[in-house]
Order: sequence, then C-alpha cells, then structure tokens
Amino acid sequence: MSAVAIDIKGVNLSYGPTHVLKDIDLSIRPGELFAFLGPSGCGKTTLLRLIAGFAQAQTGQVLLDGRDVAALPPWKRDVGMVFQSYALWPHMTVAQNVAFGLEERRKPRAEVAAKVAQALELVGLSAYAQRRPAQLSGGQQQRVALARTIAIEPKVLLLDEPLSNLDAKMRVSVRRDLRELQQRLGLTTIFVTHDQEEANTICDRIAVMETGVIRQVGTPMELYERPANLFVASFLGSANILDGGAGVVVPPGQRLVFRPQHASLSPVAGAAMSGPVTHREFLGATVRYGVRIGDREILVDAPFQSGAELRTIGEMVGVALPTERMLYLPA
Amino acid sequence: MAIAVTPLPTHRSTGAALLALAIGLFLAAFLVVPVATVVYVAFTEKGGGGFTLVNFLDFARTDLFVRSFWNSIYVSAMTVLWSSAFALPLAYLTTRFEFRGAGLVQTLGFLPLIMPPFVGAVAMQLLFGRNGTVNLLLDEYLGFKIGFMEGLNGVIFLQAIHYFPFILVNLSAALRNIDRSMEEAAQNLGSHGLRLFRRIAFPLALPGYVAGASLVFVKVFDDVASPLLLNVKEMLAPQAYLRITSIGIDDPMGYVIAVVLIAIAVVTMWGSAQVLKGKDYATTQRGGGGLARRPLTGRQSVLAYALVLLILALVLAPHVGLLLLSFATVWSFSPLPDGFTLAHYARVLGDSSVYITNTLLYSSLAAAIDVALGGAIAYLVLRTRLPGRSMLDWGAGAALAVPGVVLGIGYLRAFYGVKLPDGTPLAALWIMIVLAIAIRRLPYALRAAYAALQQISVSLEEAAENLGATRSRTVRRIVIPLMTGGLLAGFVTSFATAAVELSAVLMLVQNNSDAPLSYGLYVLMQTPAGRGAGAALGVIAVIIVAVCMGLSQLAAGRSQRARGLDL
Repeated sequence: MSAVAIDIKGVNLSYGPTHVLKDIDLSIRPGELFAFLGPSGCGKTTLLRLIAGFAQAQTGQVLLDGRDVAALPPWKRDVGMVFQSYALWPHMTVAQNVAFGLEERRKPRAEVAAKVAQALELVGLSAYAQRRPAQLSGGQQQRVALARTIAIEPKVLLLDEPLSNLDAKMRVSVRRDLRELQQRLGLTTIFVTHDQEEANTICDRIAVMETGVIRQVGTPMELYERPANLFVASFLGSANILDGGAGVVVPPGQRLVFRPQHASLSPVAGAAMSGPVTHREFLGATVRYGVRIGDREILVDAPFQSGAELRTIGEMVGVALPTERMLYLPA
Repeated sequence: MAIAVTPLPTHRSTGAALLALAIGLFLAAFLVVPVATVVYVAFTEKGGGGFTLVNFLDFARTDLFVRSFWNSIYVSAMTVLWSSAFALPLAYLTTRFEFRGAGLVQTLGFLPLIMPPFVGAVAMQLLFGRNGTVNLLLDEYLGFKIGFMEGLNGVIFLQAIHYFPFILVNLSAALRNIDRSMEEAAQNLGSHGLRLFRRIAFPLALPGYVAGASLVFVKVFDDVASPLLLNVKEMLAPQAYLRITSIGIDDPMGYVIAVVLIAIAVVTMWGSAQVLKGKDYATTQRGGGGLARRPLTGRQSVLAYALVLLILALVLAPHVGLLLLSFATVWSFSPLPDGFTLAHYARVLGDSSVYITNTLLYSSLAAAIDVALGGAIAYLVLRTRLPGRSMLDWGAGAALAVPGVVLGIGYLRAFYGVKLPDGTPLAALWIMIVLAIAIRRLPYALRAAYAALQQISVSLEEAAENLGATRSRTVRRIVIPLMTGGLLAGFVTSFATAAVELSAVLMLVQNNSDAPLSYGLYVLMQTPAGRGAGAALGVIAVIIVAVCMGLSQLAAGRSQRARGLDL
C-alpha cells in the first residue's frame, strides 16, 4: 500500500456566527507523521473532523491522493480515525470491535478473522481478543482503538489527542510505540495535540494553530529555532519577548525574541541590559533566573554546576545575548 | 412529618424509628396482607384446609383459562411489537435528524398518562370497528374493510396506540445519552444508515428500549377494563374480575389467576433486569454529547412528516372519537354522528355528578397519602441510617408488580370478614377505594420525593443544625420548604393518574353512590344508551388530568427539580 498525500485548499468553516477555520491551506506529504498543535479551541480537532467527514466546510477542498472527498460521507472515505475517548463499543468484545469495519466492507469471514488476528498481533493484544473493552486498561483500550482503525487498511490515519487519556508515564512509551507503528505501516498520519512535547518528539512536521488559523508549518526544529511570529515563539518553549525601552533597541512595530537558554548572566558593567534578580527556579541541569529590566521581567537560564554559588534575589546582574540569537518578529 | 430524625449518631432516633414503624404497618396492612391473602387462598383447598396445588391443576385443566392465558401473552407481545414499530422510527427520527416535528413527537409521551386505553375503547370501536367511520369510508370508496378491531386485534390496536409512548420516551432518552463518538467511529469504519442503527445505536440504547417494552407488556397483561369494553372476555385479567364478580369471593380460581398475574409481572420485571445487567452503557463514556443531528433531504422530510402525521392521527383518534361521542345524539352505522347535543354533559354534571365529586375527593386523599408516605420514606432512606429502611423503599416499590385487579381482590378477601360495629364489612367502605388507589400510585410519588430530596445538599441541613436548630425544626424549616416544589409536582401527578385508575376500583365499588368517575364511565359505556354520558365523563376526566399535568409541569419547572416524573 502506497502512502497518500493530504491537501487542504482554501478551507473556511463556520458554525453559525463562529468562524472556526479560516483560509486553511496545507499539504501533508505521503507517509508523514504530521501534528496539528494548538491550544484548545484553536480548530485543530475540527480540521481533523473535516478530513474524516464529520464536519462540512463552507468553502475549499480536501484532497486525498489528489481526489476531492468533500462530497463523500464519512463511511466512504477510508480515513481511519482514533477517537479521543477511543469510542470502543461496550456491547462487543475486542475482536468484534476490530472486526466491525471489515464486516461493514462485506469481507469474507476467513479474511475478517485473519485480519483481526493480524491487527491485534500488531498492537500486542492477541491474548485479549475475547475480553470486553471495560475489562482493559486505558493503554490497552487505546491499542484496541488503533487496531480497529488500521484493520481496515485506511488511506490515512487520524489520531485525535490519542495520549490525553493516559497517565504521564504511559504517554512517553505509547507515543514511541505510535511512531514506530506509523513508520512500519508507512501511513500518512495526522496527530492532534495541545502538548508541544508530544508533537516535538514524534512528529515529522507540525502545523501550529491559533483561533482557526495556521500560524506556521515546519519541522519541530524549524519552529523552535525560527518561529515566524510571536504566537509560535511563545507557544513552543519559553521565550522572552521585549519591545523597546528595556535598554535594547527594537525597531517600531517589532519585538525582540530570544530563548532563556540563549542569554547568560554577566557582570553589570558593560552589559546592554541589567537589573535585579527577582526570582530563581532550580530546574536540575539549569537554574532559571528572573531579571527585571526596566519594567519588564526576562528569563535567563544558567547551567547548574554543583558547588557553584547561586545568585541571590535582589542582586544586580547584567544580561548578555549573542547577536545571532536575537530574533526580530512583527508585533 | 415534623419528626426528629438522626442522620449520623444513633441517639434520638426514636422519632425516626416510630415513623418507620408506622409506615411499615401501613404498607403491611394495605399492601402485604391483601396480596399475601390472595396467594394464600390460591394455595389452599376450597373452604379451608391445608396447602394444595389442586387449584393450579384446575386452572391448567380448564380450557377457558389456558386459552385466556395464551391470549393475554399474545396480546401483550403483539402490543409490544406494534408499539415498537411506532416508537422506533419516531425515536430515531427525533434524536438523529434535524426535524421540526421533534417537540410534537416528544409531547406524545404524556398522552397515555392523560387517557388510559379503556377510556377511549368504545370511541375507537366507533371509529375503527367493522361498521365504524374508517371502514364505512373504505367500503364506500375502495370496496373493502380492515378488521382493526376484530377480537384480540382490537385490544392490540387500542393498547399499542396508547402505550407506545412509554417505549418512545425511554428509547429516545437512551439514544440521546449515547456518546456521539460511538456512532462516529462506526461511520468512520464504513457503517451508516439502518446497519449503523442495528449494530451500534440500538444495542447501546437497549436498556431504554427494554425498560419501556417491559412496562408496556405488564400494563397490557394487567388491564381488565379495556378488553371487557371491547367485549373480549377470554383474557386473563378480565377472567379474574369476572370470576370473582360472578361466582363470588370464595371461588379459588380468581385467586389462582391473580397469582399468575403477579408471577407474570414479576417474571417480566426480573427478566428485563437480567437483560439489562451490566449493560448500562449510556453513562460509561461521556464527553461531547449526542451525535450531531443530520439534515433530512427533501424526500426524507416528506416521508418523515407523513409518518409522524399518521401516527399522530392514530394517537389522537380515541380523543377525537370520545369528543364526538360525548356530543353525539345517535352514532351508529355512520361515519359521523347523526346530530349533536349537550344533553350528555347536562346528565353527568346533573344527576351523575356524584362520580365527579367522588373522584375529586378520592384522588386528593390518595395523592395526599402518597406524598406524605413518599416524602417520609425518601427522608428515612436518604437521610437516616435506620436499620431496615431499605425494606420500606422496597415495599413501596413492590406495589409496581401488583396488578390493580389483584390488589382489589386482596382487599375484598382480606377486609370483607372484618366488620364495623354496625355490621358493615370494612371492604365496603369508600375509604378502601382511596387506600387501594394510594398504594397503586405510591411508587410514582416516591420517585418524585426522591428526586426532590436528592436535589437538596445535606450541607444545607447541617448548616441549620450548626446554627442551633434541632433536627425536627431543621426538617420543618429547611427540608420541607425546599422539597415543596417536587412534592407538589408529585401530588399533582398522583392526583391526575389516580383520577383514571380503574382496575382496583372495579373490584371495590359496592354501590353507585361511592363510585368514582372511572367506574361510572365503565358502567355507562356498557350500554348504547349510556355511551354518550360515558364519553362526557371521559372528556371531563381527560380535561382534569390534562390540566393537572400542565400544573405539575409548571410546578416542576418552577422548582427545576421534577426529574423522575417522566412516567
């Protein structure tokens, strides 16, 4: 099975007066693991549901493999979706859940049985085929949902916040498994999340969304190193955002942006920016200081060496910043 | 009800214990003893003696009873089938599609409460019978007739159009509670339309469906008056009534039939509980509400409206027929009455007005008893740790499984021998009718009381006690005022449904001057000359009940705590 590209062109979607998706244009490459990342209410789930056929756009196209699917109902799209709640049917066993999509496609019984076994094997749940969903743990339920979806060999795979119902420890191992499975199947996959760490760690590319608009598309590194705007800069990692008046020169209509770890503490004398330490957080490998510059507070990370003396609250410090780490973004 | 009640420690629990004892005695005297008497007589040799199964053997050897038994099973099952045929499409339509008629369809849920089937039985005969309006028109224009009302079919037809809303209401609620992602996941995997409904939506809504269907089955099985008014005697509940009234209260057969009626009710409820065990899916996964409603295409809209209008016409038919009949001079062998008159209303508001005043008196008393008992039981169960309090709850709820005719027979047998000083048997007093009605309606009032009390946070009571109020004063000044809205709604609902209670009443009325409206209607409807007046009584009953239901909705809405009154 060859992987499929997803192209979204000029999509606008409103629910009554609420404009949920605004002029969305996006190309997702075949075989890519792609994230829709943004805070809740940014439209990422709606965009996913649009691709699955559960939402209708007022304008624009959704192309799967170059073919517009706007007119197709959800059950004809061959787009596999794993729901945030997993949506496992409680009146069916695990095997019956996984078999459902194949049965709806009127596959011969032997083929259904073989594919169910194969899908359960793939997620490591062969031993649980006859259980009911309620008898499984959250992580196992999630794998059943995944098996049920990939059993039909969909053209693309959509994952709606797949890790949100798992505890913190599970998330790390499950997301690695997800990545591995996706690579093995070579399926074009969209991963919706509000957690930048999830997106950064396993996704090839990310679309950062805010209030129905795609703010930037790129690899995790690109987004972190070269954010295109203040929203992306502050949503991914910590960022200091300064206008003029903090001892630095910032062109009108722009903001100076830099990461805490790119700045360093320096002697007050000769420093472009200086001020008192306002707070201190010990983070393990680094110590994060808050320094008041004018009426702003900026964050500076200093590496932590055992035995080294920490700065005290109120102590006057300078802040040094290499020019190549200064980023000017439109306000 | 201003009784001291102890939520936690055991000191000062005597008041609660006395209250519980009083309620227990009441339930024992007017529910347990009569029913136990019926069972006892059924298993005792005629004219006294030891335990025997002979009566049941006689029952099994009598063709009439066996036939009646199977007829009752058949009629109840077919009614469930036809009710489902009406309810399923309506429930699916209103919960899954954008449909303007949805509100209208949902109000259908109240109709069986407003008018029980026996009230409109004769009117339906005149509309759908062999020589009724519909068949006369069919014959004239199309040259054939349909046997809607022939024999058992008539009972099925009548019961189905009255009781399908019980399935509709329960099924719709269950369908609305299904997490939308359940059905979206199925669509995503390639399922849609009827297959989606059959494989996912319906199995998930099964608890609601079974709850409604078992209720319909039991109600139809226990109904005495509707088959009799349609001149169908070979069914079990009517046989019990006929046996006792024609042969007398010493004949064991009536009691055997009563035991069978109880057994069927218990088995049906037990069976539905078995089916539902571990299947309360609706609340297992929530998040996102029901499935987004889909718009109907033009053709689908036309079909949907046609279906709804057809069912609505059927549902309203007994009401329309009753209204016509109440104003009719003569109505037979013609599509519409020959002429119209107010004479029937003059009659029932004149010499027969005793029926109406009796009904108002009996229903108010019964409803007052129910609200007092229901409120007290709810308080004892939810707010005290009295040992055995759940027995009260169970006892009051058990009244649901006792058919009205059985309760009536039990009262007759248990209280006929008990004589007042002047020699009148206790069972002949009108207050017995009130008590029987009160017991029959108690489960509903109890649910209203539970709902009302559950809405009140315990901390409100604790706050009062913390400020120095004794428990009895807390109940009087905090609990009762806060429960008023819910109890009022319970009172009005009990009152309204008590006004059309018949099956227990049928056994207990000894003379016309003690008879309530439902009994009067039943007697009048027996003769062609009385039909008009009977229908007028029916219209008055429907108006009383409808007004009360409206008031109850108002009371409930105002206090926003009428959950649990939807039956």
